[in-house]
Amino acid sequence: MKSIAELNQIKKDALARISGNNGFRVMVGMATCGIAAGAKPVFNTLAEEIKQRELSNVDLTITGCIGSCRLEPLVEVIDPLGRRVTYAKVDPQKAARIVAEHIVNGRICLDYTIGAALSAPN
Amino acid sequence: MNIYRAHILVCNGEKCNSQNAQAIYDEFKTQIKKNKLEEELTVVQTGCIDQCSQGPVVIIYPSGVIYTMVRIEDVTEIVTEHIIRGNVVNRLLGGENINLDSVIKSLDQVDFFKRQVRIALRNCGVINPESIEEYIAYDGYQALAKVLTGMTPEQVIEVVKESGLRGRGGAGFPTGVKWEFTARAKGDQKYVCCNADEGDPGAFMDRSILEGDPHSVIEAMTIAGFAVDSNQGYIYVRAEYPIAVKRLNIAIAQAKEHGLLGKDIFGTGFNFDLEIRLGAGAFVCGEETALMTSIEGKRGEPRPRPPFPAVKGLWQKPTLLNNVESYANIPAIILKGAQWFSSIGSEKSKGTKVFAVGGKIQNTGLVEIPIGTTLREVVYEIGGGIPNGKEFKAAQIGGPSGGCIPASHVDVAIDYNSLVQLGAMMGSGGLIIMDEDTCMVDLAKFFLEFTADESCGKCPPCRIGTKRMLEILQRITDGKGTAEDIDKLEILAKNIRVSALCGLGQSAPNPILSTLRYFRNEYMAHIQDKKCLAGVCKSLMQYVINAEACRSCGICSRVCPAGCIKGEKNVPYVIDQTKCIKCGACMEKCPFKAIYKNA
Amino acid sequence: MSACKCNAHLDDPRAEKLRQIITKYRNTNGALIPVLHEAQELYGHLPIEVQKAISEGLNVPLAEIYGVVTFYTQFSLMPKGKFKIQVCMGTACYVKGANSILDKLKEKLGVDIGDCTEDGLFSLDVCRCIGACGLAPVIMINDEVYGTLTADQIEGIIRKYQERPV
Repeated sequence: MKSIAELNQIKKDALARISGNNGFRVMVGMATCGIAAGAKPVFNTLAEEIKQRELSNVDLTITGCIGSCRLEPLVEVIDPLGRRVTYAKVDPQKAARIVAEHIVNGRICLDYTIGAALSAPN
Repeated sequence: MNIYRAHILVCNGEKCNSQNAQAIYDEFKTQIKKNKLEEELTVVQTGCIDQCSQGPVVIIYPSGVIYTMVRIEDVTEIVTEHIIRGNVVNRLLGGENINLDSVIKSLDQVDFFKRQVRIALRNCGVINPESIEEYIAYDGYQALAKVLTGMTPEQVIEVVKESGLRGRGGAGFPTGVKWEFTARAKGDQKYVCCNADEGDPGAFMDRSILEGDPHSVIEAMTIAGFAVDSNQGYIYVRAEYPIAVKRLNIAIAQAKEHGLLGKDIFGTGFNFDLEIRLGAGAFVCGEETALMTSIEGKRGEPRPRPPFPAVKGLWQKPTLLNNVESYANIPAIILKGAQWFSSIGSEKSKGTKVFAVGGKIQNTGLVEIPIGTTLREVVYEIGGGIPNGKEFKAAQIGGPSGGCIPASHVDVAIDYNSLVQLGAMMGSGGLIIMDEDTCMVDLAKFFLEFTADESCGKCPPCRIGTKRMLEILQRITDGKGTAEDIDKLEILAKNIRVSALCGLGQSAPNPILSTLRYFRNEYMAHIQDKKCLAGVCKSLMQYVINAEACRSCGICSRVCPAGCIKGEKNVPYVIDQTKCIKCGACMEKCPFKAIYKNA
Repeated sequence: MSACKCNAHLDDPRAEKLRQIITKYRNTNGALIPVLHEAQELYGHLPIEVQKAISEGLNVPLAEIYGVVTFYTQFSLMPKGKFKIQVCMGTACYVKGANSILDKLKEKLGVDIGDCTEDGLFSLDVCRCIGACGLAPVIMINDEVYGTLTADQIEGIIRKYQERPV
């Protein structure tokens, strides 16, 4: 890195990819607690579904601890309009439905959201 | 894994349930079975979807149709019309009354999250920690650029001092002052170290930062290197954190590749390099002098201070040592300014603190809150209260070096000074919530077992003193304690506090002093009445069968590993207390809940 | 206690790898602990022969190496089981009943903390907080973490490993 201009160029490109590609960003919380709760198979299912359906507008990525251990594995979906939905206690079966319902059909899986998980008994 | 053609969601919220939602759910189950659709359909109960005035609510996926004010009589029609024939039952649609915008859909709408102020955790859960580009997208390395191209080392130190940031590893020493001491120290070679040997049981904030945002620590250490005139840094990480180590390694490699570590950074002639050193499972290495001895490749024993690390640290050279969370704050402070940072927090303690909230609390997890937030807010508003209808008894803060805050002080504003006044300390940020089922003597014993085991053995007050204190606690929890034991504990505690070599030993008595201060009655109950009120200490409790509730099924007798439960048909079973090993297997297995602990 | 079954003789192929590890760190300041970490990864534990080789290679007295190895709990002089069971004893796990999990493991495996079963399949240890406090109580078997445990799940978990093809 020789100059701030160079840094700013990387910033611009990366921001464009993260938020400006008219697509979905899907983040899976993959810190130790997320992985212990089963985030790896969830990530793999999401990747597999996205590949099989040939969805080119989905940026699937790992992320760090979102903070809410009790609700792990957590998956966040940000749609092309920047709207966030957090899914809690996701398993591979739920992950498949999140891709089919939310990402393909544009319908939020209300029964998997964090709000639903919080109002359900422990 | 079954793939279902459709999902029927029946709201299980409180309001819907009060209007027969449970029966509607059962009816769907019955109807689906009757029509032999179990293979294709699944019925699930969901949490409240916030359409309470329209309840009970039923949603059918994949079409996403929402039926409102469903009655049990409507179930047959929904199944035959919608599910089997594919026709929407129009008369049950909520129409414009339905507004899903109010449903809580994302984490940032939840109380747990809304009350937090995320500075150190700003990127955790936001970026991909294995991508330097994403870190840069969210202003990463801008602070380093600003420092290297436009500030002098003195200016950097001034900003850190003005911000009021204090060390987040435990003791709370002002970070800027530490930087200034190291900058002023004379030496041909200086080092910048990061303490990521997060050993407090129940604390995992540093792990989360390293796993979620490793570049923020790398950037901050490079800034520190510029400020104190050092070209070499070490990050000392616990070996128990393999994922954190992996992500740090990736991050360091990426930073080197992009020229953000190494030679001539931003073309300014400034050089800085970083290495990771793994701990090997010794708690004492979280103490600063022991940590440096360990990096040197020796037994991680502390050395006396002074000389302080700022003067003679790693390999006898001036060394700056800060904790992970302290570093994670630095880039934000540089970019947004000291005044912004010092506007957050309390009068004497600025900024935020990350806590790992665990134990008997609804929402376990990692929270970053402005310093000065009350414990009540943390427990009840962010933490969601105590599960299973139990009472909040105390919070343990600061791990084996800290103390307890009892329920009577739940309104304390959490900052460095107020916690010390209550006999606790901020510590690194472990916050364990306890309910009425926790025995405070047992808790003190737990921490003493920990410190006695982790004592490095170099100084006698810690090596011998913690053992003696542990023996006394063992006696008390065995029901063999005497009133004198409490005096002995207090004398020992005070002596160890003033005579141990390092922070581990000096603070080892804190869990005892703190529980004695607030829960002396529990100690007395163990000693005088031979009772453990929480029913934890095995020597002081018995498992007893309630003769009225016992149905003489014999399950307890069969699971008892000691073979000490006898009985016969129509006669209640009895536990032979002389043989009982108090494993609790009988209570766990009793189908009639006829076995209880008698404290 | 059973005799060492690991055959840590230095004429096996691991000896060459150990030499490479030592060479890699020879010019590093404070090389001993990184070398011990990698050597333990290679051998599973640190028998005296391995310590001797490191002593010669790094030119550090054997007594000092032994001192370091016995100081840190991560380094082991004894072989560990094929499946290393670690019971987290962090505060959150403790408060949520890690002791009953540990007791159950001792009972089912018939070993005490720090020991290895006769068949060499399991070793049982307690460990410091692994930072999965939200899932307390937890145990770790090799790299797999099991959370929100109750004592009656232990038998099933052990059986799963017993039935795994060796």
